[in-house]
Amino acid sequence: MLVFLNHLINGVSLGSVYAIIALGYTMVYGIAKMLNFAHGDVIMVGAYVCFFAVSSYNLPPLVGVALAAAVCTALGILIERLAYKPLRQASSLAVLITAIGVSYLLQNGAQILWSSNIKMFPAFFSSQPIALFGGELKITIAAIVTVLACVVIMAALVWFTGRTKMGKAMRACSEDKAAAQLMGINVNATISMTFAIGSALAAIAGVLFCSAYPILTPTTGAMPGIKAFTAAVFGGIGSIPGALLGGVLLGMIEIFASAYISTQLSNAIVFAVLIVVLLVRPTGLLGKQVREKV
Amino acid sequence: MNKLHLSKASRVNFATYAMVIAAYAVLQFMGGAGILSATMRGQLVPICAYVAMALSLNLTVGVLGELSLGHAGFMSVGAFAGAVAAAALPIPSAPLRLAAAMAAGALFAALAGALVGVPVLRLNGDYLAIVTLAFGQIIKSIVENLYIGMDSRGLHTSFLENRLTLREGGLMILNGPMGINGINKISTFTAGFLLVMLILVVIFHLVGSRTGRAIMALRDNRIAAESVGIPVTKYKLMAFVIAAAMAGAAGTLFALGQNTITASKFDFNTSILILVFVVLGGQGRMWGSIIAAALLTILPEALREFADYRMLVYAVVLILVMLATNNPTLQGFFTSLFRKNKRKEAAGK
Repeated sequence: MLVFLNHLINGVSLGSVYAIIALGYTMVYGIAKMLNFAHGDVIMVGAYVCFFAVSSYNLPPLVGVALAAAVCTALGILIERLAYKPLRQASSLAVLITAIGVSYLLQNGAQILWSSNIKMFPAFFSSQPIALFGGELKITIAAIVTVLACVVIMAALVWFTGRTKMGKAMRACSEDKAAAQLMGINVNATISMTFAIGSALAAIAGVLFCSAYPILTPTTGAMPGIKAFTAAVFGGIGSIPGALLGGVLLGMIEIFASAYISTQLSNAIVFAVLIVVLLVRPTGLLGKQVREKV
Repeated sequence: MNKLHLSKASRVNFATYAMVIAAYAVLQFMGGAGILSATMRGQLVPICAYVAMALSLNLTVGVLGELSLGHAGFMSVGAFAGAVAAAALPIPSAPLRLAAAMAAGALFAALAGALVGVPVLRLNGDYLAIVTLAFGQIIKSIVENLYIGMDSRGLHTSFLENRLTLREGGLMILNGPMGINGINKISTFTAGFLLVMLILVVIFHLVGSRTGRAIMALRDNRIAAESVGIPVTKYKLMAFVIAAAMAGAAGTLFALGQNTITASKFDFNTSILILVFVVLGGQGRMWGSIIAAALLTILPEALREFADYRMLVYAVVLILVMLATNNPTLQGFFTSLFRKNKRKEAAGK
């Protein structure tokens, strides 16, 4: 039972990271209807910025995270302006390929700037876990911080999209861009804002991910990126609570699959569950069922 | 005016065949004359395999209109099934063994295509894309944990861990994450050329047929097509399975031209690479796929002088091409150019 609880905690913690990344995917998809494949690599950039801030300049970890978030926000806006904005009217495939190009660019840029050698991400939190029940239930501080960060971010986003003017503009844009524009909403600024928020979250997720799995290379972001993307679809892409649900479930499935079934097959099981879910609910767990009109 | 009048589609088809044959003849001649560098000669079989992959994906993306992000999965199935078949089949003649291996690769990939397609093709758009992505990952995980060996009693397989106890003289063919080592390289440029030609014939015939028109009607408007009685699942599945079989044959061709293959060679990045060929070449435009696949396979080699920067340059080229081809000003310029030509033609008549 305690072993099970341990896996549960690990799963929720990993899932929280996926959920934070998935938020970026889902918000961008909701508003720009594009699969932003470069999102995973923004995670990697964020992790590198934080790594250098902390290990080379000896800044405190929180400043490192803030710096990473700032750099990634700027990067996200820059990518959107240079690569995606000129393609607003283009086919979704053209945008997808451009996003892949941006992803390659970030990965290879990072490789040239920072070399492909593995960097060991510094431990921000004490590696001594909190032991409960006579040391049988171990909770790492990193896990607690990750779950807390996820909850705080989620609450902030729900408040932001529901209560603030900018958040309402975002929802209006994702529903109908033309109508939003007619109502005087600056659609381009709203889309930029979405990218900015998504990228800042990616930076935080990058730091949290590397705190749990401290191996940092230029391709670090690729796999969590794909998984988080899967999580967003799993929960229903475009839905913010869906990203949370999808992320946490995906993390739990991954940890349980590798603990109880097979480590090597954990990825395959994650993706198999995704396929089954999509077959039963084609728009994800919390996705809106769109009725087709002729 | 007894001139043979061909439709625009068949003119394009013949031009495509002619282009492939000419490229084959020129490269074969250059190879014979020793002008081709060793790296270039080594690239010929992979180029054919990638061209075949691009054509096959273009059938899914351009003709059927569904985005697939896991096409390398079918290539993987074909590569491993074909390489195991080539190692296990007791056919002395290399070309025949290659043909049999390709058939095996195509068959297994088609089976995988049907297995995925039946449940999955009910989904649309981006969701279908995600499921194909997931499928590609699953294939990779499965192949990485598969062990196949052969001895006097026949083929033996084992999953997850190597539990094979082979008799004396037995041979371990597929060794889990290590892949297949010491492949007998029987793929040739001629075989690659023939495969590309065969795929072109199949695609052009399919597209020109009643079936092809039904498939394209589904792409253009699924609901309208359904309402005039086109069975959606049947035609979608047909196109998907044919594309998977082609990818399988291409995978076999690729695998039998390498010393070693591992499952990680056919990952998400490979799927994306092939998608890039298709999009850059133009969806539904087969000659475009051929040129894009060939050029982009050579490009990283040609960028050798940039050394570390070559993948960076590749990424920048990719983004710039996408921005340029989707720029309304440039597009307007090109359409007006073509229109002028057409007007001239009309005036000439």
